[in-house]
Amino acid sequence: MAKQLTVFMENRPGRVNSVCDILEEQGLNIWAFTIQDRGDFGLMKLIVDKPDRAQLALADRGFACALKDVLAIIAPDKPGNLDRLTSALLEKHVNIKDMYGFVSPNDRQGLCFMEFENPDAVDIAELVAQYDFRVLSNEELYEL
Amino acid sequence: MIWNEKFETMPLEELKNLQSERLVSLARYVYDNCPWYKRKFNDVGVGPADIKSIDDIVKLPFTNKLDMRDSYPFGLFSRPRTDLVEIHVSSGTTGNPTLVGYTRDDISLWGEVMARSLCCAGAVPDDTIQIAYGYGLFTGGLGAHYGAMEMGLTIIPTSSGQTKRQLKIMQDFQPRILACTPSYCLYMADDAREIGIDPRTASWKIGVFGAEPWSESMRSEIEQTWDMLATDIYGLSEIIGPGVSQECTYKDGLHLYSDVFYPEIIDPDTGKPVPEGQDGELVITTLTKQGIPLIRYRTRDIVSLTYEPCKCGRTSPRTSKIKGRTDDMIVVRGINVFPSQIEHVLLGIEGTHPHYQLVIDRGAHKLDSVEIMVEVDERIFSDEIKRMHALEQKIKKEIEAVLSIGVTVRLVEPKTIARSEGKAKRVIDKRQL
Repeated sequence: MAKQLTVFMENRPGRVNSVCDILEEQGLNIWAFTIQDRGDFGLMKLIVDKPDRAQLALADRGFACALKDVLAIIAPDKPGNLDRLTSALLEKHVNIKDMYGFVSPNDRQGLCFMEFENPDAVDIAELVAQYDFRVLSNEELYEL
Repeated sequence: MIWNEKFETMPLEELKNLQSERLVSLARYVYDNCPWYKRKFNDVGVGPADIKSIDDIVKLPFTNKLDMRDSYPFGLFSRPRTDLVEIHVSSGTTGNPTLVGYTRDDISLWGEVMARSLCCAGAVPDDTIQIAYGYGLFTGGLGAHYGAMEMGLTIIPTSSGQTKRQLKIMQDFQPRILACTPSYCLYMADDAREIGIDPRTASWKIGVFGAEPWSESMRSEIEQTWDMLATDIYGLSEIIGPGVSQECTYKDGLHLYSDVFYPEIIDPDTGKPVPEGQDGELVITTLTKQGIPLIRYRTRDIVSLTYEPCKCGRTSPRTSKIKGRTDDMIVVRGINVFPSQIEHVLLGIEGTHPHYQLVIDRGAHKLDSVEIMVEVDERIFSDEIKRMHALEQKIKKEIEAVLSIGVTVRLVEPKTIARSEGKAKRVIDKRQL
């Protein structure tokens, strides 16, 4: 499972930058990120190469943050692939709580981070395998 | 005019004799009728027989806000509930609210001192008064009402809010007197202009403003905006409500009706009296109340007091405007707010004690706003945005329920609230009073 780092931040200039500053100081690499905004505050979600170290570094500097497991699913970058993925989930009544993704332009692979309401309802790895998609293992993810 | 010439212009010597007489009976009265005071007197080794003149008042113990809360509901009363004709309850800080109650005579006393106050501000019996203090458990509305009734004014009990309607009523009935909080008066000016009324043409010529702290600069703003005389009234529900003291038209201190409310100014740390004219905590003894008479009640308000005669002819001593508080109470839109109330709510919600700060401001609309900043530490943090939002809403709802005023809640990052010597400053008051 991938580890997502969620950081609470106020909506004012410089907040994203100070998170990045701290990660930079630690020599950490950010692979993916997204922000959920709720007016005066928001949550920044990050996938980084060393999640535990990133969390410690941020908490040490006073950020409220936490780690949680999310699934990293890799699929070829082709039209319709996200539709296939979500249709398969729908068929099994798996509710998506949160998702975000990006395409790596060099190898034309799409990477999608997902969180489910009922993750134990179905074997996701098996479900996505029918389309030749894969749930990335920790080794693949963190020993790049 | 002076409403009650006999008492309000009584020579000081005679006044002192009257106060002495009244204190002697009061000490006997509470000792015989209120077990709480009997115990308190016994604790400090004083009995009614030790009280022979007003100077002996220093032998008596103080009464605190905390005593009122701890004896909730009726522990401090000297009369049974059946003798009361009205009760008022104010919101609690932590735990019990504060209850006060009035016998029929107490209500007459309230009417009397409020009538003195309205007269003191310049009202005459033919006047019409618009009372835009809230009616209800808050003592402002009904207190002003009883005084206006006693004076025989024509009362328009609009209560607070519905500003455009207030203005329409003002235009239709031309009241010369307005009673409300000073900030509400300024607020109404904006609405007046919006509907095409020039505030300077308004019928209100005398304002009786209180229930919140305000300054000389706010006074000039009100007087210039509305072309009226803006006077300050003081009171607290524990003593009677509004009508404890009031400025006369010379606006040189608030006349305190010392024939019924005996004032002392003390050093809040030592409890000893300070010399005349010096700042200290106002302590009041209700000399003639029946339901819940209070001995040496500590108001926590900082004022100075003078016995110098006033040009208006009243001999009652005059206090300065309130210069501060000895506790952390703040007054927002007429409502007393203690930071401990916020603490209590936060503790109740998550079982934790996050850092918080109250920011009080007076915005463009002249009404006070309260923002509560709550630091999101690891104990209340959630990595789901909807939970964070729900937390914000819950804090807002519960604080509003306790304070009875609207607030905004802002979740902020840990350690963003400034700490001095390890202690966070709980209140930032940005109001230019």
